[in-house]
Amino acid sequence: MRVTFRVNGRRQEADDVWEGESLLYVLRERLGLPGSKNACEQGECGSCTVRLDGVPVCACLVAAGQVEGRDVVTVEGLADYAKERAAGGGCATHPGSCGTAGTSLDAARRWEARPTDSATGEGAQLAPIQQAFIDAGAVQCGFCTPGLLVAADEMLERNPNPSDADIREALSGNLCRCTGYEKILDAVRLAAARQSEGA
Amino acid sequence: MDFLRPARWEEALAAKAEHLTAVPIAGGTDVMVEINFDHRRPEYLLDLNRIGELGEWEVGEDTVRLGASVPYTRIMEHLRAELPGLALASHTVASPQIRNRGGVGGNLGTASPAGDAHPALLAAGAEVEVESVRGSRRIPIDEFYTGVKRNALAPDELIRAIHIKKADGPQQYSKVGTRNAMVIAVCAFGLALHPETRTIRTGIGSAAPTPIRAQAAEEFLNAALDEGGFWDNGKIITPSVAKQFADLCAAACNPIDDVRGTASYRRHAVGVMARRTLTWTWESYRGTEPTAFRKGSAA
Repeated sequence: MRVTFRVNGRRQEADDVWEGESLLYVLRERLGLPGSKNACEQGECGSCTVRLDGVPVCACLVAAGQVEGRDVVTVEGLADYAKERAAGGGCATHPGSCGTAGTSLDAARRWEARPTDSATGEGAQLAPIQQAFIDAGAVQCGFCTPGLLVAADEMLERNPNPSDADIREALSGNLCRCTGYEKILDAVRLAAARQSEGA
Repeated sequence: MDFLRPARWEEALAAKAEHLTAVPIAGGTDVMVEINFDHRRPEYLLDLNRIGELGEWEVGEDTVRLGASVPYTRIMEHLRAELPGLALASHTVASPQIRNRGGVGGNLGTASPAGDAHPALLAAGAEVEVESVRGSRRIPIDEFYTGVKRNALAPDELIRAIHIKKADGPQQYSKVGTRNAMVIAVCAFGLALHPETRTIRTGIGSAAPTPIRAQAAEEFLNAALDEGGFWDNGKIITPSVAKQFADLCAAACNPIDDVRGTASYRRHAVGVMARRTLTWTWESYRGTEPTAFRKGSAA
């Protein structure tokens, strides 16, 4: 079957989708978006966390056919998503209008490859939560990171001043096997502090 | 495999009648696990996500009509006052991501003895509204669970809503697991005080082939509370009464040994949870105005 939906603001069509396929498989294998990780395939680990119409879900437990006509944001779109939200609108406040701005023709023409440094985030366009993960050293093997970023970003959108208990609760569905939880908590606290400074 | 996407409830019933083997999918948190692991290859998946009414609820005079697909997150946010036991149980379901998708209809459809909602439904008192093209009926929750992962649904029926009695007194829910998030219950216990009828109800999860009530324990405690005038005098429940209640709850279990725990541990833990939840709810009852829960005086 064919599934048509929006991913990170772009309309996407996936063809020949098997009816029992998950959203995660469609994202990774058909749309070339491998940011959402495939680990447990049973909703235990949270490494495939994406936002479905704004709501954090495990992409491995959403049937592909269920996303027909809906809006998905993956870690690949997190920087744009955060940018639009900071600009006061876009997908965060109006689900459905996600990424309608897209990339302007002018901006696309001016685009050129620039060196980026994945160790510091320099030169890359990152969401504040992504930069905070780098600055706090919250990334070890990196496998759980995309899911944690999406979950943490959503929590900070809802709750700009989270307590430690709030952070633990919001991230309780995301497992990190490197046991880097303390640094992850640091990163979320850092992002929250920066967010309130900027506000 | 075919993917059926009815836009309206009547279409869903028609599709289910036409394809009796169709597996309904809403939050997908049970069904997709089985498909991902190749434990199940249904001929038809019947997607219920487009049917908006399944995600809605109505608070009536005596009951809440909870749409089958209302996510646990919504129950925690919006129905804590009306359904305190179910709200507590919802909070113990897996993780935020799962609670954003899963709902009580799925718990009932799967009918696992470990489903987190069951003890709360049993303790509060509930009826499951099921429907087929042949008509609609309401199944009392005590008759709904018929075996391990089996329920009273006919092959052409779908779960539309759950009618749950609004709390008329304190309710509690307790679950044993190795950690707070992402665990299947080793065992679970729900308790509801019903001051209007001067009764208590229980629900036990993961300690028998189906979710069950501890009926002998309920009868014992109802009689003991009545005889001692506890509902009126608001005294602390006599420790020997609480102990006997706990023992009877443990005796109601018919658990198995498995990877999550042994049968004897489950029996023991259910007894402990029974005593604790009784203490918590009774303390809460005592702490309220003596007449607050009497019929007719509720605000």
